[in-house]
Amino acid sequence: MDKSPNWRETFVTAIVKTCGYSAVVFVILIFFFLLRQGLPALLEVKLGDLFTTRWYPIENHFGILPLLTGSLVVTVGAMLIAIPFGIGTAVFLAEIAPRWMREILKPLVELLGGIPSVVLGFLGILLLSPFLRVFLNLPTGLTALAGALLLGAIAIPTTVSIAEDALDSVPQGYREGALALGATKWQTIWRVTLPAARSGVLTALMLGVGRTIGETMAVMMVTGNAPVMAIKLTSILSPVRTMTATIAAEMGEVANGSSHYHVLFLIGLILFLISLAVNITASSVIFKSRKRAERVLS
Amino acid sequence: MKRRFKADRFLVQRMGISLIALAAILTVVPIIGLFGYIIAKGAPAISWEFLTTMPSNGMRAGGILPAIVGTFYLTLGTAVLSVPLGIAAAIYLAEYAKENWVTRLIRIAIINLAGIPSVVYGLFGLGLFVLFLKFGTSILSASLTLSIMTLPVIISAAEEALRAVPQSFRTVSISLGGTRWQTIRKIILPQALPGIMTGVILGLERAAGETAPILFTGAAFFLPRLPGSPLDATMALPYHLFVISTQVPEMPIQIQYGTALVLIVFVLGMNLIATFIRSRARAKRQW
Repeated sequence: MDKSPNWRETFVTAIVKTCGYSAVVFVILIFFFLLRQGLPALLEVKLGDLFTTRWYPIENHFGILPLLTGSLVVTVGAMLIAIPFGIGTAVFLAEIAPRWMREILKPLVELLGGIPSVVLGFLGILLLSPFLRVFLNLPTGLTALAGALLLGAIAIPTTVSIAEDALDSVPQGYREGALALGATKWQTIWRVTLPAARSGVLTALMLGVGRTIGETMAVMMVTGNAPVMAIKLTSILSPVRTMTATIAAEMGEVANGSSHYHVLFLIGLILFLISLAVNITASSVIFKSRKRAERVLS
Repeated sequence: MKRRFKADRFLVQRMGISLIALAAILTVVPIIGLFGYIIAKGAPAISWEFLTTMPSNGMRAGGILPAIVGTFYLTLGTAVLSVPLGIAAAIYLAEYAKENWVTRLIRIAIINLAGIPSVVYGLFGLGLFVLFLKFGTSILSASLTLSIMTLPVIISAAEEALRAVPQSFRTVSISLGGTRWQTIRKIILPQALPGIMTGVILGLERAAGETAPILFTGAAFFLPRLPGSPLDATMALPYHLFVISTQVPEMPIQIQYGTALVLIVFVLGMNLIATFIRSRARAKRQW
């Protein structure tokens, strides 16, 4: 009688503990399966051939540079949109807008984050790319710019939400102090509040942009999917193809175990490693700022 | 001299605040426009027939029933697998784990799981569930893939909800002779339930709208019947929208907008339920 609850405690603890470790197991499993299917690509395709500018799998040309630059140009474009608009909106909501307005607008922006990316891609095809084609007088509207605009829209909710939280958690005393010293509201925002919330705002940007690197459907639908090198300044106005879109578009058609199949897994492995790097950096920023906050408070 | 300095300062302030407000307007107005546009364009397509019949004429006519049912099955399958695992993991982190390097490793793993691109989950699902475990292109494979993707959202939200329960609840329960598990099951979990539910729904909402992870693990281009078992492939709303907006020539535009609207209502409806649970729980909470 006395023993059974103890036995149950041990049992439950074991189960709960196993589940707790599951996240680590899954990360390792994902890494393992990407390695298992992706590494053979390095044996089948010479490293020198992999880093060429021609992606044409039907004739065994597996140059991934166009895909890398495609992802890069679209992501940088998205960043250039997410930084001013995301942080601008966060500052507006946290520092300028009246309370009732913030209570309405913040959930609205977060609602944008809930829209499936395939819906954004759908609107990109029907509205955005025809608009870009006519407005910028291009042969096609399906360009890196269209992809960057959609990715900006995908990055903004995360950025606004986290940056606004960071700004909101800056102690009111900082603002009052600055204002009491004769600073204008703008000077307070620019020189006191924003620097005080710096690490949170940085994290917001990293997580927002982190989402864009891995985004697949919206990008695949609007970037035109031409695997050409995107290194000129005008590349933003021409079709490109990202790493994610390549996997999504081609994986359905390749034979399992072929070189093409292994190269696609290798691209997946590269994406996995990029997201690992971004997230570990972002979390170490959070970790550092928490430590600093603890030091200040103690 | 002093006057001019002062004037400049306020000029800068006016310009700065105007720019910020402009950025906010340019962000918010398109969002409102986007929702309004989809509703306006999609609503005329919605009818009882559209929601409850099979597609016909190469998906260019008829309804989208198999896609709706498929997304429902996938969401349900994802819930069955990810909810118990996610909540148990959260209980471990909130109630059992000590702050040591193992726990830190688990946290880093959770953050990384949340950041892995959805298409990479698709590759993983193809490698592990479809090919290695031989589940084939099926609801089972797709649900398993989506569950792992949803796991970090559920763990983080549930852990936060568990930690929000005041420490005194635990102290009192233990001092009355409750064991650790009794305390968790009878005191902590019921108190944290609304918060956990909110996180679960938000995680499932993301899973319901995803396309890339199911592309090669369970999605069917076109299926003239409803899936009969977990080992069948299935149509799904997001993939269906992708197919009819990019792969089918001469697709009536109205059906596309209708499908987009149904998908958004499905996904944001879940969001609304989560918001409702959260606000009701906040109103009722006594601590």
